[in-house]
Amino acid sequence: MSEKTAVTKESETARNTAALMPPVDVFEDAAGITLYADMPGVPKDKLSLQVEDDTLTIEGEIALDLPADMEASHREVSLPSYRRVFTLSRELDKEKVAAEFNQGVLKLRIPKAAHAQPRKIEVKVA
Amino acid sequence: MYRALFPRDLFSELDRLQRELQQSVDFSPSIRGLPRGGFPAMNIGHTPKSVEIYVFAPGIDPAAIDVQIEKSVLTVAGERKDDLPAKEEKAAVHIDERFAGRFRRVVTLPDDVDPSAVNARYRDGVLHISISRREAAQPRRISIK
Repeated sequence: MSEKTAVTKESETARNTAALMPPVDVFEDAAGITLYADMPGVPKDKLSLQVEDDTLTIEGEIALDLPADMEASHREVSLPSYRRVFTLSRELDKEKVAAEFNQGVLKLRIPKAAHAQPRKIEVKVA
Repeated sequence: MYRALFPRDLFSELDRLQRELQQSVDFSPSIRGLPRGGFPAMNIGHTPKSVEIYVFAPGIDPAAIDVQIEKSVLTVAGERKDDLPAKEEKAAVHIDERFAGRFRRVVTLPDDVDPSAVNARYRDGVLHISISRREAAQPRRISIK
């Protein structure tokens, strides 16, 4: 029972904090997966990456230097944060995720686990 | 229907729809329009002393962005390189959503801006252009004698 309440609460907060979905590029080669995400306006210290079980969560808060007396007249980026969630597959090595964040572009490299890398199988002669 | 550059969940989409309906009633659009969903996304605001423009153009060399003001028309143009691997490389592209290629956006500024007093900074992938407004347009307190 108590577990069920916890789940409901979590989904409510997720809805309350509506976030923008950053556009991404994802491509895969033999050694792993590379992901690029556009998150303009997010300083390095407001970026958060989380890997939990099989879920990768990318979050960032936008921090712009807005003048105090500014009135917005046109807005295309209308929410102050980004969020996107991905499900990782089993063969990816979650311990070795490498991240770079430069001028609003996040680059993630997720290598494949050693056992999932392509390898040559030796045939022994009996 | 345009494709939003940063799509959101259903609830905020409904919220946006309502806001846009409201805007279409009491807002006369500019002749150059305000294209939505194009790259780069823009936020525009104003203070009594300046017009503030935020251009969301991540991952671009600031030297390669061309900002021009001509007769109160602001143009932001440039090019963004493709980060996807070349075709020769052995890689499978799973998602391709990020913008790549040349871009250009044009914004009509209010008549009272001073094109000689422009400040442009690029930080965290956002180009912030601040244009001063002429003295005459700023609100002044008139003292009664």
